[in-house]
Amino acid sequence: MILDLQNIYKDYQQDKLVVPVLKDVSFQVEEGEYVAIMGPSGSGKTTLMNIIGCLDRPTSGNYLLAGEDVLKCKDKEMSDLRLRSIGFVFQSFHLLARQTALDNVALPLSYAGIKKKERKERAAQALERVGLGDRMTFKPTQLSGGQKQRVAIARAMVNNPKILLADEPTGALDSKSGEQIMDLFRQLNDEGVTVVMITHDRNIASKAKRVIHIIDGMITEEGNSQLNVMVPMEEGNPQPNVMVPAEEEPQANSMVVGELGKEAENE
Amino acid sequence: MLENIRLSLQGLWSHKMRSFLTMLGIIIGIAAIIAIVSTIKGTNEQIKENLIGAGDNTVNIQFYQGDYPYEIDYNGIPDGVPVISEETKESLLDLKHVEGASLYTSREAYNVVYYKNTGLSGGRIYGVDRNYLDTCNYIIKKGRGFTESDYKNFRKVALLDESSAETLFQGEEPIGKTLEIQREPFIVIGVIAKSSQFEPVINTIEEYYDYSQNNNGALYVPDTTWPILYSYDEPQSAVLKLDSVDNMTVAGRSAAEILNSKINVQDDTMKYKADDLLKKAEDIQKLGQSTNMMLIWIAGISLLVGGIGVMNIMLVSVTERTQEIGLKKAIGARKGKVLGQFLTEAAVLTSLGGLVGVIVGIVLAEVISRVTGTLMAISVPAAVLAVVFSMFIGILFGLLPSYKAANLNPIEALRHE
Repeated sequence: MILDLQNIYKDYQQDKLVVPVLKDVSFQVEEGEYVAIMGPSGSGKTTLMNIIGCLDRPTSGNYLLAGEDVLKCKDKEMSDLRLRSIGFVFQSFHLLARQTALDNVALPLSYAGIKKKERKERAAQALERVGLGDRMTFKPTQLSGGQKQRVAIARAMVNNPKILLADEPTGALDSKSGEQIMDLFRQLNDEGVTVVMITHDRNIASKAKRVIHIIDGMITEEGNSQLNVMVPMEEGNPQPNVMVPAEEEPQANSMVVGELGKEAENE
Repeated sequence: MLENIRLSLQGLWSHKMRSFLTMLGIIIGIAAIIAIVSTIKGTNEQIKENLIGAGDNTVNIQFYQGDYPYEIDYNGIPDGVPVISEETKESLLDLKHVEGASLYTSREAYNVVYYKNTGLSGGRIYGVDRNYLDTCNYIIKKGRGFTESDYKNFRKVALLDESSAETLFQGEEPIGKTLEIQREPFIVIGVIAKSSQFEPVINTIEEYYDYSQNNNGALYVPDTTWPILYSYDEPQSAVLKLDSVDNMTVAGRSAAEILNSKINVQDDTMKYKADDLLKKAEDIQKLGQSTNMMLIWIAGISLLVGGIGVMNIMLVSVTERTQEIGLKKAIGARKGKVLGQFLTEAAVLTSLGGLVGVIVGIVLAEVISRVTGTLMAISVPAAVLAVVFSMFIGILFGLLPSYKAANLNPIEALRHE
């Protein structure tokens, strides 16, 4: 078992008001799974991701990451846990603008105390793995959105983490690049990488092998993604497979596909 | 660490203007301090040089009463001060750093020396031993020096220095002329001068009192003829030639101790003392010290201001790079790593400033020295200290921003716009 969350509660203090964000969340992820955690904004999925990613601590509950009791870890150990066990992929890539793709990918290795030569080698391998072997010396400004996200994925993979934790990985990409990224996740998962993805996008979630729905801080249903796609959504969206409702934060893939295709060419 | 330094330089380079302006405070502070220190050091070396003279490594050991050389002209011959024996002279020569030693007696030459109707109105007359001229680095300008037979045969011959030759003969050829010393006729056989002429640099009246040498002229006779003029048992002085100026104090003291072990006087203020020019130089140097310290403190304030500038820009930098910091923390950088990165950046910034400041300071000191005509001397330890100190300033004022960066919450930092 890679992830084991039991009865996770998370409250936020807002002035004197206690706002519960996560209410009794429990689920498990096995090694090699491809899981999407899906929910609308405000559902607590980001908070859940922060807890899974060892960036935040729950108010109460139990969390074992690869058998390790995360809640007993001190700050320093949490840092090490993130370094060793989790590969983050963010919506907005978060690449260091002044450094080359190779240096960006090699960054986590430097925190792991790996020698420079080995860092370069492993970073190069990771870039090859995401299909950017020919872009190693490029800086982020010279890369397209999809390529940037590939660099970010390579960075997440370079230290062989236990899980790849992706937060809206296609959120800032046009649909074509988004699809390619999703293909890459699928490919990595086929190679044995455990992937946990947080998204509000039903389309994206459907690419995962298992979808965990979270609404109002509670897991509402869980199951096979193919199955879920068939089920009409509680939000009253008549076409579950179609774009996100307009009240969601504006995302690149909520735009019309045709326009985006043009933009991608411009990039 | 090297990686951090490389990244810091990269970061600084990408904000050239900002980095330079931030460094400016440090540059000005360090430059001011280096310029001041170089000028002070130059002045101090000038003082030392003025007192000791260029390349003349001799030290005089005279018989003192209290704080002044014993005045034989007024006090007569003191009891209990024996003539210095050959063995004693040998033991002076055996001292460390001593390359030569000579003995001499001397008296004031006022009203004692005449050529025709012209007398010396000041100056001194010396009875010198055989190697005195060597020991004191004199060279013969005209005529000849003393010979062994002059000493052996008690010949009444005299050497003049250039000043006394001028005073007594006023342009006339002195060699072969007969002088009157203590009503005894002496033949002038030569004119001597110091091998290296040295003129102290004198800019103020205070400096004149400190450095102006007795230029009233001197006369030298063989010490074997001294009893013809005065007495054989007058207290002698010794002059030592040393291997280096810096050993003056030590060698002079040891020599004075040896000489003092031979005397037996009632008045214990009467003893041999070495003219400690180094100490005198230090005393004069000390007079200016409080002013110098004040100047350095004032320059230090600009360093403080510079440091605050560094802190300010580092805070801006932390804010600007909040996302970057958030990312680094998220992917597993420990607090210490982030702290180290920002501290390194601050230290690199100020060290660079310090380095530039040292260079500017040296140039500034050079300019001051050219304009005012004083010496300047670059102090390598001061330059190194300045760079190290500016690095320290970077670390000190970088602490707060770095600490702030290290303690950012990665979740909020990543969300920061």
